[in-house]
Amino acid sequence: MTAATVRTPSAPVTPEAVSAETGPPAVPESPTPAVPQPDYAAYRVVPARRPWHWVGTGFVALGVVAVLWSLATNPRWEWGVVTQWFTAQSVVTGLVETLKLTAISGALGFILGFVLALMRLSSSPLLVSVSWTFSWIFRSTPLLVQVLLWYNLGYLYEKITLGIPFTDVRFFETQTTTLISQFAAAVLGLTLNQAAYSAEIIRGGILSVDQGQLEAASALGIPAWRRNTRIVLPQAMRAILPTAFNEIIGLVKGTSIVYVLAYSELFYTVQVIYNRTQQVLPLLLVATLWYIVITSVLSIFQYYIERHYSKGAVRNLPLTPLQKVRRFFATHATTGLNARSPR
Amino acid sequence: MSTALQTSAAQGTRGHVEITNVRKSFGTTEVLKGVSLTVQPGGVAVIVGPSGSGKSTLLRTINHLEKVDGGYIAIDGELVGYEVRGNTLHELREKDILRQRTNIGMVFQNFNLFPHLTALENVTEAPVVALQPGDPRRKSKEEVRRRGLELLDRVGLKDRADAYPRQLSGGQQQRVAIARALALDPKILLFDEPTSALDPELVNEVLDVIRELATSGTTLLIVTHEMGFARDVADTVVFMDQGQIVESGPPQEIFSNPREERTRSFFSKVIEPAFNI
Ligand SMILES: Nc1ncnc2c1ncn2[C@@H]1O[C@H](COP(=O)(O)OP(=O)(O)OP(=O)(O)O)[C@@H](O)[C@H]1O
Ligand SMILES: [Mg+2]
Repeated sequence: MTAATVRTPSAPVTPEAVSAETGPPAVPESPTPAVPQPDYAAYRVVPARRPWHWVGTGFVALGVVAVLWSLATNPRWEWGVVTQWFTAQSVVTGLVETLKLTAISGALGFILGFVLALMRLSSSPLLVSVSWTFSWIFRSTPLLVQVLLWYNLGYLYEKITLGIPFTDVRFFETQTTTLISQFAAAVLGLTLNQAAYSAEIIRGGILSVDQGQLEAASALGIPAWRRNTRIVLPQAMRAILPTAFNEIIGLVKGTSIVYVLAYSELFYTVQVIYNRTQQVLPLLLVATLWYIVITSVLSIFQYYIERHYSKGAVRNLPLTPLQKVRRFFATHATTGLNARSPR
Repeated sequence: MSTALQTSAAQGTRGHVEITNVRKSFGTTEVLKGVSLTVQPGGVAVIVGPSGSGKSTLLRTINHLEKVDGGYIAIDGELVGYEVRGNTLHELREKDILRQRTNIGMVFQNFNLFPHLTALENVTEAPVVALQPGDPRRKSKEEVRRRGLELLDRVGLKDRADAYPRQLSGGQQQRVAIARALALDPKILLFDEPTSALDPELVNEVLDVIRELATSGTTLLIVTHEMGFARDVADTVVFMDQGQIVESGPPQEIFSNPREERTRSFFSKVIEPAFNI
């Protein structure tokens, strides 16, 4: 404890530290110093000057103001039209479809991706090659082609049959075109494509966990499933999450590709509207703003989920922005503005 | 710190280890060339030898983390990893191997604590999930937790139960790892250079814990480079070189009066002159 109160000239002393100090300044316990130490406690502290810091800040601030100014004052942005359509019934319906596609194909894609990653890491050569081939095919074909292919599956296979292969036993048979609607084609295309990418992300995360973890767990007799879910996955999540959220945010906008099926998600909806009203830019802006809103919400989720999985990985968790704000008000606001309340 | 806990010996279980002519190769290099060793229940065998002589590999075959290529290992007469039917050996299923491992605790050189679990969660994880139905060691969650705290107390870390491994010093982490290995009441404990990753001033806090275990009746197999500790705690010192046991015997004999030239030259390098008697 004495070490904390001993001051040397090299350690700057902040005013708070001085006022918090009670009693006389501590004297070092080391064998008598030759020269008596001057007491720096009463000195005023002058922060270092950083002129370029301020010049840089000034330039950036100017740039930001200029962009905002032009956005606000250029009439060609037609903000009136934007606000008029932003919450229009048809746009909101399209938005819901976009969210639905993202949620369903994102969830299914990551579940399938997890299975593919486990297959790829298994010791069975068959499972490994099936998983590898899946990723290879779906990562090498453009998503647009995949979606169109699924939608036109009826051209390749007229009927879809569920039964025992190479026998006449059939449980279920239907026309392909009735089964593969626009929605089904969109979900199929997005899911399988997403699965191929997320399999690699999850595999990378699992590989990033130290082999010793698995070894320690098996030495303790912990069963395989539990080893994966309780020991490996939570640690892999730290590597998986940033890239996974990248993928999901990509998927939100990626859903716009199903406009080729005339599926009325957000992007297709605004296209239909501007073809009618000719207000192309403002309506694209409406779609863009919604995409920004979704991405922002996802980013907040990402922050908290990543924080959850960093438990134990960092020595001490940093404060969340909310906690920082609260702390700021707890210290500054109450002592400065509201002197009556107790600290 | 020295709460007298029930030990496996006190519960009437044993911990007899019999290693017979074990061979193991990685690719074309033979790492274990026919190793035989017997450790009596409650015995403390310390394995020493130059780097790369196969000490870790031998230890890892005992809990079947490495499969042997020849020979066998038996614990209290039960083969590790195999089952005898008639005159054939059948490899055990994963489930049975896991059951065997719950009788064998292992402490690693680099701790291998689970970094996302607290000290207490590290200790209680296995007792909650690893014991199969019908195992008399199975306890309620509350009971497991109480016992976990008891073990942390035994290694002197009761007040750090809620700390994550990265918030602990190396010596503390290794002590948690020892508590974790004890949580299943194993009959046998394997230590693979438990103090090699530690700063010199932290070594003793870990060795003290192991010293205490040595008197508890659990069978210990310890790989270490701490010769002073080996002399203190071992009832058998085993010297390995190039995948073989060169000689073994009580510490006084091996350290002061080795029979083999290889043993002599190894000890003359690793033991400081002041230590030689
Ligand atoms: N998985 C493996 N694949 C290939 N070679 C291996 C493997 N594990 C160990 N070896 C080799 O086997 C030999 C014995 O290794 P081992 O780890 O048992 O030595 P050790 O006596 O524990 O050495 P140290 O004192 O350095 O820990 C070494 O030559 C090592 O390179
Ligand atoms: Mg080793």
